[in-house]
Amino acid sequence: MKLLVTAFWGLLSLLAPYGLAQTSAWHFPPTVQAGTAFSVLTSGSGPATLYVVGLGDALQRSVQLGQSIAFGSEDLRNAGHYVALLIAGTETQSAQFDVVASTQPAGLSFIAKPSRLPVNQVNGLSGVVYVLDAFRNLLVEPQRVTFELSDPSGATQSRVATTRNGVAWVKMNSATKAGASQFRASSGDTRVQRAVLNVPGEPCTVKMNSHGAGKRIVLETDPLRDCNGNAVPDGTIVTFTEVYGGQQTTVDVPLKRGVARTELLARSRAVISVASGVVVGNEIRVSGGQ
Amino acid sequence: MKTRGGGILALILAIATLGLITIGTIWPNQSASANPDSRATLVSGDSSAQDAVNGLLQKIGRHDWSAAYSGLANKADFSEVEFASDLTGNYGSLRTYALLDGFDVHPLRASADEAQFRANMRWASVVGTFEDSRDLKVVRKGDHWQVAWPLMKEARVPPQVIPVNYLRWDVINRGPQDDWGTQDVEAPHVRIVAMHPVDRGGGVVILGELLNEDVVPAFVTVKAALLGANGSTLATEDSFDKISHLLLPKQVSPFRIDFRNVRLSQVDSVHIQPSASLVSASADPVIGIESQKLNPVPDSSLTGELLNQSGQVVNVAHVIGTFYDGNGQIVWVADTYPSRALLPQTPVPFSIALPADVSSKVASYHVMTTTYRSGHAQ
Repeated sequence: MKLLVTAFWGLLSLLAPYGLAQTSAWHFPPTVQAGTAFSVLTSGSGPATLYVVGLGDALQRSVQLGQSIAFGSEDLRNAGHYVALLIAGTETQSAQFDVVASTQPAGLSFIAKPSRLPVNQVNGLSGVVYVLDAFRNLLVEPQRVTFELSDPSGATQSRVATTRNGVAWVKMNSATKAGASQFRASSGDTRVQRAVLNVPGEPCTVKMNSHGAGKRIVLETDPLRDCNGNAVPDGTIVTFTEVYGGQQTTVDVPLKRGVARTELLARSRAVISVASGVVVGNEIRVSGGQ
Repeated sequence: MKTRGGGILALILAIATLGLITIGTIWPNQSASANPDSRATLVSGDSSAQDAVNGLLQKIGRHDWSAAYSGLANKADFSEVEFASDLTGNYGSLRTYALLDGFDVHPLRASADEAQFRANMRWASVVGTFEDSRDLKVVRKGDHWQVAWPLMKEARVPPQVIPVNYLRWDVINRGPQDDWGTQDVEAPHVRIVAMHPVDRGGGVVILGELLNEDVVPAFVTVKAALLGANGSTLATEDSFDKISHLLLPKQVSPFRIDFRNVRLSQVDSVHIQPSASLVSASADPVIGIESQKLNPVPDSSLTGELLNQSGQVVNVAHVIGTFYDGNGQIVWVADTYPSRALLPQTPVPFSIALPADVSSKVASYHVMTTTYRSGHAQ
């Protein structure tokens, strides 16, 4: 269908300079709002065929000259430039008109990025809204869009932006508390919501404790938290390193239930350290094999 | 006339064929046989100790376990299954799918009734060649020689229950019916935390480290492009297997990218592009890397043992070492694949070879592992 419409447009572009489009005796409105009903009065008499072609629509209809041609609210939905041809025998009348988006927002395309970010990031979250009418045409007239970000603690940030060429955007700060934030955009009666996950940052400190279990030493970290007090999520890798007599042993352990736990051989005069990512924790010195 | 000429031609071809068959039977072509030892001759018997060793290794090369086992001097000590398992491993390890690519046999000592040889077997696997060296005792029995096979029994894990708090990430991506503005799950955020190009062996080597700074697992790759003075691309490569492709949250992987036939003096800048995608993954198994030790030249290497702390069998492990100089700068990245599977709570040795010139610069190092299980990667 698209190919057919494109070919038709191409044909019209070629023929228009050679006089196919005659001076019209009918009165087509130069601009029509998408989804509105309207009619066009024709002159003459006898049967004719009407063609209306736009970038997203094409219709053919048999009409009687001298009567008005009625277009329903569902006939022309896509905004853009249209050409109408009325052909009766060898006679052709033509007209060109624009279908424009309606003025009432009926839909928003809302892009919130990123959908997952560390807590406490200034301007770390962006929201972009495209304002659309009921037929998904972009409203290019300026529209007020309200952005609201509710963080897990219940606090809300709010910003208002006006669309330019149909687009409005803002930058927001991520929450200080880990969890899901609700990011809403609204314009007129239309509202769209996205979920944004605030995740804990780097561990603020890593502290491990030890106790002996025979020849082995059991190492376990305190529950890891970031500098805002959020628990570091399970699965985060904690590296234990034991250095002794020119050798070393390392274990990468994922956090489970908030702590990392492992067992190493208790070697005399060994030094055991712990780290997670770029954060280095405390050291334990083993004396006399325990 | 034509019929007579054709008959003569047929007679000549028949005589030539018979002649070639005779020559091939009396003097068989050594190169046409499936012989992994380029220096060995086809062994038709075991009339000498060397012949007995060569014959055994050729049978091993053909995976003819029955014939190899039946000729052993100490076959009463173990079964044929144990003999085959010693060479091919269990649990779908690298050995299971490896083929004997070649072997060298060196005499160590010999007497009238006994001899000892060192057999170095080179096994070809999907990740390269690994060596298996065995000292073979050969004994005379009557007028022939038999090899006593030094069986290395794989450790058996006693029946037990190992409790594991299983941790896993699953991913649900957006569907085709979703609006185009609808969010998809965010790709993991990764960051290059170190990068160092070096001129080495007539090429350029890019060494570096990549950090997964997100809270979800990431499948990562690193691509690098070397740019010349005029901005033109001299070469493009990726890290291939000199990286741990799966990074758990806050995990760091080294990477090494080799460019052959490009000199560092030609390079004006390096463009590095890490990429990360979200994948389903498991936080287990946990592998301890114990007894890590740097060995000086001439056998410069990093050796240690992998200890599988979980209750799952790991079929293949990949060990990657990052080596730093006294200033904390990366001087080399190297890797190895132990040929045996990692059984629960059972140490498996590994050795990462280090170039001799690099070995003298190394002040510290970090080792990590990636593990593969049948149907899983971690």
